[in-house]
Amino acid sequence: MNKRNKNIKDIVNPNQLLSRFNPRGFGALKFLLEKEFKQILRNKFLIRVIIFLPLIALSLLPMVANFEIKNNNLAVIDNDHSPSSSLFIRKIVSSGHFHLVSVRQNYNDALNDIEQDRADVILEIPAFFEKDLMTTYSAQVNVTANAVNAVKGALGSGYLMQIIHNFSNDLRSRFMAGNSKIQTPAFEIVPRYDFNPYLEYKFSMIPAIIMMILGMISGFLPALNIVGEKEKGTIEQMNVTPVGRFPVILSKLIPYWIIGFIVLTICFIVVWIIYDMVSVGGYLEIYLFATVFVLAFSGLGLIISNYANTIQQAMYLMFFFVINFIFLSGLYTPISSTPEWVQTMSLFSPLRYMIEALRSIYLKGSHFGDLWTKFAALVGFAVFFNLWAILSYRKKA
Amino acid sequence: MNSTNKNEHTHPTPTNGQWKTFGSFVQKEFYHITRDQTTLALLLILPVLLMILFGFSINTEVKNSQIAIYDPSNDVATRGIIEKIKASDYFTVVRMLNNPAEIEKQFLKDDLKMVVIFSDHFYENMQRTGKAQIELLTDGTDPNSAMTVVSYASNIIGLYQQDLFKIQQIPFEITPSVKLMYNPELKGPYFFVPGILGMILMIICSMMTSISIAREKEFGTMEVLLVSPFKPMYIILSKTIPYFVISLVNLATMLLLSVFMLKVPIAGSLFWLVTFSILFIFLSLSLGLLVSSIANSQLQALLFSGMVLVIPVVMLSGMIFPIENMPAFFQWFSKLIPATWYITGVKKIMIKGLGFTSILPELGVLISMTILLIGISWKTFKYHLE
Amino acid sequence: MENVIEVNNLTKKFGSFTAVDHISFEVKQGEIFGFLGANGAGKTTAMRMLCGLLPSTSGKGLVAGYDINTQSEQVKRNIGYMSQKFALYEDLKVWENIRLYGGIYGVPEPQIVSKTNDLLKRLGFENERNTLVNSLPLGWKQKLAFSVAIFHEPKIVFLDEPTGGVDPITRRKFWELIYEATDRGITVFVTTHYMDEAEYCDRVSMMVDGHIEALDTPKNLKQMFHADTMNEVFQKLARKAQRSDS
Repeated sequence: MNKRNKNIKDIVNPNQLLSRFNPRGFGALKFLLEKEFKQILRNKFLIRVIIFLPLIALSLLPMVANFEIKNNNLAVIDNDHSPSSSLFIRKIVSSGHFHLVSVRQNYNDALNDIEQDRADVILEIPAFFEKDLMTTYSAQVNVTANAVNAVKGALGSGYLMQIIHNFSNDLRSRFMAGNSKIQTPAFEIVPRYDFNPYLEYKFSMIPAIIMMILGMISGFLPALNIVGEKEKGTIEQMNVTPVGRFPVILSKLIPYWIIGFIVLTICFIVVWIIYDMVSVGGYLEIYLFATVFVLAFSGLGLIISNYANTIQQAMYLMFFFVINFIFLSGLYTPISSTPEWVQTMSLFSPLRYMIEALRSIYLKGSHFGDLWTKFAALVGFAVFFNLWAILSYRKKA
Repeated sequence: MNSTNKNEHTHPTPTNGQWKTFGSFVQKEFYHITRDQTTLALLLILPVLLMILFGFSINTEVKNSQIAIYDPSNDVATRGIIEKIKASDYFTVVRMLNNPAEIEKQFLKDDLKMVVIFSDHFYENMQRTGKAQIELLTDGTDPNSAMTVVSYASNIIGLYQQDLFKIQQIPFEITPSVKLMYNPELKGPYFFVPGILGMILMIICSMMTSISIAREKEFGTMEVLLVSPFKPMYIILSKTIPYFVISLVNLATMLLLSVFMLKVPIAGSLFWLVTFSILFIFLSLSLGLLVSSIANSQLQALLFSGMVLVIPVVMLSGMIFPIENMPAFFQWFSKLIPATWYITGVKKIMIKGLGFTSILPELGVLISMTILLIGISWKTFKYHLE
Repeated sequence: MENVIEVNNLTKKFGSFTAVDHISFEVKQGEIFGFLGANGAGKTTAMRMLCGLLPSTSGKGLVAGYDINTQSEQVKRNIGYMSQKFALYEDLKVWENIRLYGGIYGVPEPQIVSKTNDLLKRLGFENERNTLVNSLPLGWKQKLAFSVAIFHEPKIVFLDEPTGGVDPITRRKFWELIYEATDRGITVFVTTHYMDEAEYCDRVSMMVDGHIEALDTPKNLKQMFHADTMNEVFQKLARKAQRSDS
């Protein structure tokens, strides 16, 4: 009993404490943040992911994720064997769009090349090609394209038609030169590609890859962190304390928000070193967009963690959303060419706005004024997701 | 159980009694899967979802692309060309520009695909000097989109030229007759359906099997099974059978969706398509077994099968990204991925409608890979379990 | 002495299943109150309701003078809680865990520092100050978790099977910590299924199928059931149970 009296003097009256300090407020936030940062810095796996994911993804993906349609493999059947027909073939090969892989004697052999994926396009020059040209002033050729890959089929046959058209023009100017009586009207079509004159695919892929990395890291990590605490039971320990849900949620958001900036910076450095690419527009504007984008994705991660009970469930759910967002982001195909309902759905993909914004700023030098609608959309997502996350965070089971 | 107990060590192959036990093990696995309704739903819905996503969001058609026009000439020829462009479904003219300085700013807002720029005195130059020019300025930050838009625009302008020439009887005209094989309407799904088949079967068979076996290891129930008198290998096999059945269901679902929803018909023999797919399912299951013999926890199995099996399939099998564009090392590497061979084979049978003989190389490679994998996973299992 | 916990007809239903069925009892300040029952009897559910982790279906409960349904946040300020699962952060050091919970409960920083030193000295953990919690033995972790749960000097501390998985000697040492806490005026509410621990409690309630079947001092209970040990008391009561083990 003596001992009891002695120790009672040390007791801090909790009510007295409360008058000085409100644990529901932000006093506790400092301690929670301290804890999160200590845990993150001690987590070797996490630090490796933060450093190596951008490095590996940005050095390998642009090599692999390449939809470029450059090399159309061509099979030729020349039934004419005339100077004109061989000139015609040389003209096609020298265009740079085609790679001559085989010269066949009959159509079936050439078709077999397509069946076995050796060739993409067959050009068949009929017998009497030259004779027809010289006598009737017109000739026909047959083009067969493998259209399993629709883009490749369309572009391959399209190129071939352009070359044929130019070849006709050449013949005309050669044989008609000096003949001023037959004046042919003519104009040329000149394609020019802005911002990316050689149409290198990696230019458009790199901003998209950066945003996918950023979205994954800022979405998956907080979700896995909270669900991990659920599985370990530490979140329940937190829930019996008087700390409010707002500081708890903030203590999970802020560290991953900072990690997002670090990851983004690592990405830009990697891209600069490997591809010698820097932003055409301002980095300040990019970081401004990224601020909101990361908040939106972390908010989504928090919502998922509020509903998932195991890490596996959280992974599946997050995977589901990320896949949907990627498909609806216009990464693979221009949004304008999808069916209307897909276009409507794509309005709900935050990734869409961010990829469009980053491509515009990074590759074209767009300014905030050009992109404010996208910024507003991202702010909307961030507010919506985080409000939902706070409201769905239950301190009670 | 008693009868199997006696025979266990003397008979390497299952006796009648053992088949019965095997049956009850398989039954137990089915109970597991049907009771975990979230996972079951995932297994059955994931293929449908991916089919819809790929089928509709990956579309290569150009429709209603927004364009702007700068026309300083404003004569009979340019107006004729603009009329042709406006009349097509491909383009929507959203702006007529009056000042060349405006041109460069157009792409900064990211909704415009192309600016059509006519040269000065277009009609006059077209008739006399031949120096008339139409510049098709596109946004190169999305290369394929840019190329496709240019090619559509060139064709439309070409039509105008043809009309013009018809009136004027132009000599030396070569007319190509174009045939687009296998996919005359140029639909995107023709390219993706075989890839999705390969990816889904790989995910369901390898990833799910390895996770479910790893779960038993993690919870310690595997040890209980292993001390039973039944041969460990059959226990493992019994776990794969439900996934085999689910894969068949998925295969049927996906083929139905592709035929009726995406309108990608099965051009070749259904029998060989299914046989070839079952071979691939066997191969994926043996891959799953191999992963589960190495992984000890669900997370390990998930990460391992995700990193080593699913990501390479998505990235390197030619499912989305054409293999011929990859650097030589990746092209070589893609040949080691079973899905690459499966997808090529499915393209041949299903899309191109070729006969059985055309897939002999793919069949040969997949059969040898399966034998090799079953051999390896059998060995590692013996090593790990017995 | 005043009552720090008053429970009246508290009930919790999960669908058609009644986990806790109209229980009523009081706990006095400074008491060690044992909350016993077989697995699935409803102990943990009842305790989670008292801690404000789970809303009750009906009935009333006052903890430290606050209503558990309407004033759960005030309840939380006045209690400590140590769960079945060991719930300190494994990847934080010993002093960091203490500091975190001290900070969350609003103990001023200078006090956190001085009290941490006292605490480590009292536990004999001075050398473990910078040790990561995951490398401590389970018995030490439990002692630390308990000390952290009462670091902010709550009126009541709830312990949910605090000594699971350790040997009787380690359990005995843990109970010395509990006595020290009651010496300082903290009320201890503890669930356990170790009957030797029941003997250490001031009063014990026995829960069977969601009801409280008996509530008295261990001595009186043994007399009432003509038993020599609490284990026998428990066996006699548990025989009535309808619900199977978990």
